[in-house]
Amino acid sequence: MLSLTGLFTLLTLGVLFFILGYITYHGITALDWDFFTKLPKPVGETGGGMANAIVGTIKLLGLASLIGVPIGFFGGVYLSEYGKETTLGFLVRFSTDLLNGFPSIVMGIFAYILIVLPMKHFSALAGGFALGIMMIPIALRSTEEFLTLVPASIREAALALGLPEWKVITFVVIPTAFRGILTGVMLDIARVAGETAPLLFTAFSNRFWAKGLMEPTASLPVMIYTYAIAPYEDWHRQAWAAGMVLLMLVLVANLVARLVLHRRFFQSGAS
Amino acid sequence: MLLIALSVLLITAVIAFELYWHSRLSIAKFGWAFLWQSTWDPVAEEFGALPFLYGTLVTSIIGLLIAIPIGLGVAIFLSELAPRWLSDPITFLVELLAAIPSVIYGLIGIFVLVPWIRNVLEPILSATLGFLPIFQGAPYGVGMLTAGIVLAIMVIPFIVSVSREVLIAVPRSQREAILSLGATRWEMVWIAILPYARSGILGSIFLALARALGETMAVTMVIGNRPEISASLFEPGYTMASVIANEFTEATSDLYVSALVEIGLVLFAVTVVVNALARLLIYSVSTKRGAIRT
Repeated sequence: MLSLTGLFTLLTLGVLFFILGYITYHGITALDWDFFTKLPKPVGETGGGMANAIVGTIKLLGLASLIGVPIGFFGGVYLSEYGKETTLGFLVRFSTDLLNGFPSIVMGIFAYILIVLPMKHFSALAGGFALGIMMIPIALRSTEEFLTLVPASIREAALALGLPEWKVITFVVIPTAFRGILTGVMLDIARVAGETAPLLFTAFSNRFWAKGLMEPTASLPVMIYTYAIAPYEDWHRQAWAAGMVLLMLVLVANLVARLVLHRRFFQSGAS
Repeated sequence: MLLIALSVLLITAVIAFELYWHSRLSIAKFGWAFLWQSTWDPVAEEFGALPFLYGTLVTSIIGLLIAIPIGLGVAIFLSELAPRWLSDPITFLVELLAAIPSVIYGLIGIFVLVPWIRNVLEPILSATLGFLPIFQGAPYGVGMLTAGIVLAIMVIPFIVSVSREVLIAVPRSQREAILSLGATRWEMVWIAILPYARSGILGSIFLALARALGETMAVTMVIGNRPEISASLFEPGYTMASVIANEFTEATSDLYVSALVEIGLVLFAVTVVVNALARLLIYSVSTKRGAIRT
């Protein structure tokens, strides 16, 4: 019976390596310089690339970070420094965990209702907003966790020097945990980078360069989806290329984030 | 600082309210019947969510049936059997599986899993278990079974990472007591450890269920997207999340949009309840050790 558990482990790892290998194999043969520099070609013409989708993804992630990171950071500081044992702290923590579990498509509807409906057109802003809300829970919880890990002796030493509590938090506790918090944010960005569902009807897509934040914007995940379900062979090829680029982006961010962390964090970390 | 923390509560409340507010047209017109009507006809403006509820439920159940034994097996292997130097990197790799974007699962699903299921798995299943109504019918490749298998792969990491932490949290004395009675390793896991960790493991399963219910892209790409209810798992189906993904931008009338938002509201309500249960169960075992992250 015990060997069965080992078998399941091998099976699970096998699935992972199969996915990585298969995507890399198909992605590499399909990837060329045009992919990074050219706009998508109209249906029927071969070639072209996804330069606009790459820029669009970066734009959406930037916007999302502007919304998600500050709220998550300050919320996390509140939880770890002031709201540890309080009922309010429990409520905030609980609703953060709930927010983390909301289906991403629901976030899309939310952003659609709040931003797309009043503006009457799809926009990068709406997409970034949806992703930003999705970033809050992980940014918040990882900030809280890394701040909690700062040893009591460091806080006590600073307090013993007569510093007020807010100064201790701002100048001693937060800088100590800074690297951890930054890594948490990086994992967070990697997580929403692959989100597709909420973008389908917020950022929508665009076959040209989007001007500013108020226009529909292409992104890699949505392009993968559109190209994968389309009946054209050449589009499938590009979907593989885009899939590989997206996957590498996410995995490298994950690897780097976990490797720079202390061993202790490395073990407890799930994204 | 407090205000920002409170904004998280506010966001949760606003999401719930907005979903309700924008589905009021459909709620007023169809009432509770929305949940058990099975006609979905945008042209005639007849909307019933039953096929989507059914599809979501069935695919999630298939996903969990496959994922629970495998996920628990991996968790037991990692916490009880594997030495530390092996267990840590494997845990990391399993978590990478959770980091893969769902659209990538969909891509693999369309081009690898669907042909394989059509040509290999479904013919085998209908040849051996074809007397069961759930394994009858033409092998399309796309369908409920395929969606369930994709979901299983996607939720295994959640079951593994939470269950593993819960298992590790089982006190040493539990293990030592049963070992001193002469139990084998397997008996130790089965009699002393699993019952002790029960609520946490249940929490991890609920968490996986919530993910499966809300999963959109991978399912949309392999389920076939047909609003029908049929006994066979080989047939195409539809889920709540995938109908929203597919039809939201095409919805022309206010009532159509409202009906889709109401599906979103139902999905939201169900996942909130399941998630809340999962969290409370996980909190109950993790209060002494700090939060178990997922």
